[in-house]
Amino acid sequence: MSEPNQIERTSGRGCVLRGDDIDTDRIIPARFMKVVTFDGLGEHAFEDDRKSAKGDHPLDDPRFAKASIMIVGQNFGCGSSREHAPQALVRAGFSGFIGASFAEIFAGNCTSLGLICITLEEVDLERLRESVDLDPSQEIVIDVKSESVSCKLGTLRGNIPDGTQEQLLCGQWDALGMLLSAGAEIDATADRLPYGNSRSRRDLSP
Amino acid sequence: MPRRSAISLPAPASTVQEAQHDLPDPRGPRFRRPPIRRKDSMSDPGKSLFDKVWEAHRVRDLPGGQTQLLIGTHLVHEVTSPQAFAMLRERGLSVRFPGRTFATVDHIIPTDSHARPLQDPLAEAMLSELEENCRESGVTFFDSPSGNQGIVHVVGPEMGITVPGSTIACGDSHTSTHGAFGAIAFGIGTSQVRDVLATQCLALARLKVRRIEVVGSLGPGVYAKDVILAIIRRLGVKGGVGYAYEYAGNILDEMSMEERMTICNMSIEGGARCGYVNPDEKTVEYLRGRAFSPTGAAFEEAAEGWLAMASDPEARFDDVIRLEGSEIAPSVTWGINPGQNLGVDEHIPRLGEVAPEDQAGVEEALDYMGLAGGQAIADIPIDVAFIGSCTNGRISDLREAAEVAKTGHVQSGVRTLVVPGSQEVQRQAQAEGLDEVFRAAGFDWREPGCSMCLAMNPDKLIGREVCASSSNRNFKGRQGSPAGRTLLMSPAMVAAAAIAGRVVDIREVLSE
Repeated sequence: MSEPNQIERTSGRGCVLRGDDIDTDRIIPARFMKVVTFDGLGEHAFEDDRKSAKGDHPLDDPRFAKASIMIVGQNFGCGSSREHAPQALVRAGFSGFIGASFAEIFAGNCTSLGLICITLEEVDLERLRESVDLDPSQEIVIDVKSESVSCKLGTLRGNIPDGTQEQLLCGQWDALGMLLSAGAEIDATADRLPYGNSRSRRDLSP
Repeated sequence: MPRRSAISLPAPASTVQEAQHDLPDPRGPRFRRPPIRRKDSMSDPGKSLFDKVWEAHRVRDLPGGQTQLLIGTHLVHEVTSPQAFAMLRERGLSVRFPGRTFATVDHIIPTDSHARPLQDPLAEAMLSELEENCRESGVTFFDSPSGNQGIVHVVGPEMGITVPGSTIACGDSHTSTHGAFGAIAFGIGTSQVRDVLATQCLALARLKVRRIEVVGSLGPGVYAKDVILAIIRRLGVKGGVGYAYEYAGNILDEMSMEERMTICNMSIEGGARCGYVNPDEKTVEYLRGRAFSPTGAAFEEAAEGWLAMASDPEARFDDVIRLEGSEIAPSVTWGINPGQNLGVDEHIPRLGEVAPEDQAGVEEALDYMGLAGGQAIADIPIDVAFIGSCTNGRISDLREAAEVAKTGHVQSGVRTLVVPGSQEVQRQAQAEGLDEVFRAAGFDWREPGCSMCLAMNPDKLIGREVCASSSNRNFKGRQGSPAGRTLLMSPAMVAAAAIAGRVVDIREVLSE
């Protein structure tokens, strides 16, 4: 049985984005969130960082053109919960992220979109960065099942949290179908937990 | 040389078996002060509040170790919800529990006037979309005409929607604020907003729990904001990844609900998905008489249930750390993340003073901020002063800032914004005459909204302006100008900086 949405791997050229604690305000500045759809966010990915770097940003580096794997540092995607961040990055062509660590909400948002976040040990991550800097044209493969990254250096062991790995491999990364299938169990749990507040609304006039 | 820390180092984790408590429990005799045990302790098992909430809300276990968790209360705002409602419609689904879903408008609303149509057509479109979505799905919408509009994390508690032992989700990372009531509250992305609208559930992996005890006493001029900045400085901006934070210790026990909200609000800035304080009599009294609170015997019954959700005395934690309150100074950020903060009497670190792995980050921060290592953080000139946000936009924050405002007049050339967190806060402040205090001192008194915390509205920094801000993030470009610079601090410190035109030590103002 094969689920149509199964995600076993992603591959492509890498783009090395150095620095730790890169927050979602930098990935997509808030002014571009004044939208009611996610269309067109891709062109604004890292816009302010790119402008201030005056062309010297990895996303503007011709060596990394057409990259689909972003190689980042620690705590990538920290800050705001805005899904607009991974929505912008997927529209800018990225389908996988390799880093030392990811902020939890960002990683969860990536999973919801079928994007893979994998962590590597610092020493392996640095070797990968150096390798991709030297040969940006090499193909990088992130394999979900073996939780590994393959590149010119060989295969590097990484980590994907168990639940996320399961969701990707089973095609349940879009959690909605799975959550809906609990059906009456949801209502039973909700009935057990009335909270009082949702049932006792009083006059709201100030 | 390692960076000088204002806070003593913790005992090595493996040796911290029991924290000693000598002080009486201010929550009253109903509470026995717990001996705190780490998870590796060999005592009887007990449950933390996190454990109890998780177990009560488990719908079922999912493959891969995740849990399908019921989200008892869903809070919605205009920025992260329109796409979620659209996705729902595409799949032919509707809002499953409109009675558990509450909306307000905060991020994009202008703070000079809420008059419709909003001047910015994009903002008007987002507000209209939320109105229509709420109308269609039967979701309660606290809009401006209702008199109950405000920042979503101010409105939930003040309406009595946020209750102990509940699970809450909102498409906003500062949802952790609601943990002040002993709720487990998650910030989520838009696809998850869709999931909660459609199923009232999230698929989540269980978090570890770190208990953070703040003990002793706080000096004058040291506020809840300084406590959470000190915690983030100590544990780092990614120290909380994988954890829920339980904030405890006599200082948390003695704090007001609003102070606890300030602490929990910034959990996410320390990398923790959520943070909470165990409910006590103060929590119960805060909720008594609120619009959505039960009444009469039902309230007393609910209160018993709420208090029972507090962590058991013998609860075990994955980690326990302790901070001494007396070692926390009024704090200010100097860099581009909230962990880059200092006591106001300290100097900005020199590159040679920081750990090798932090050097690149410090260099980038100093370069962006236009500051030099070794420079004193006090006396840095400011251009803008912002008092407000879900971190520090409540009535007690405004009272503290107003006390300082009485001591002088805003320095000429400094732009100010004082933004109540909600219409309720605004009414209360005006009833107390705080608006007049601010105006008399030259501060600009505004309408409620998120304002310059994230500048998705007309309140923005210009160019390289430096802003003394009571908000929560000093990220590059956060306050609306790609080159704008933010110094986070307590509302009282912001008011003092506005008057002096530069960063000042609030203790000097208070002692005058």
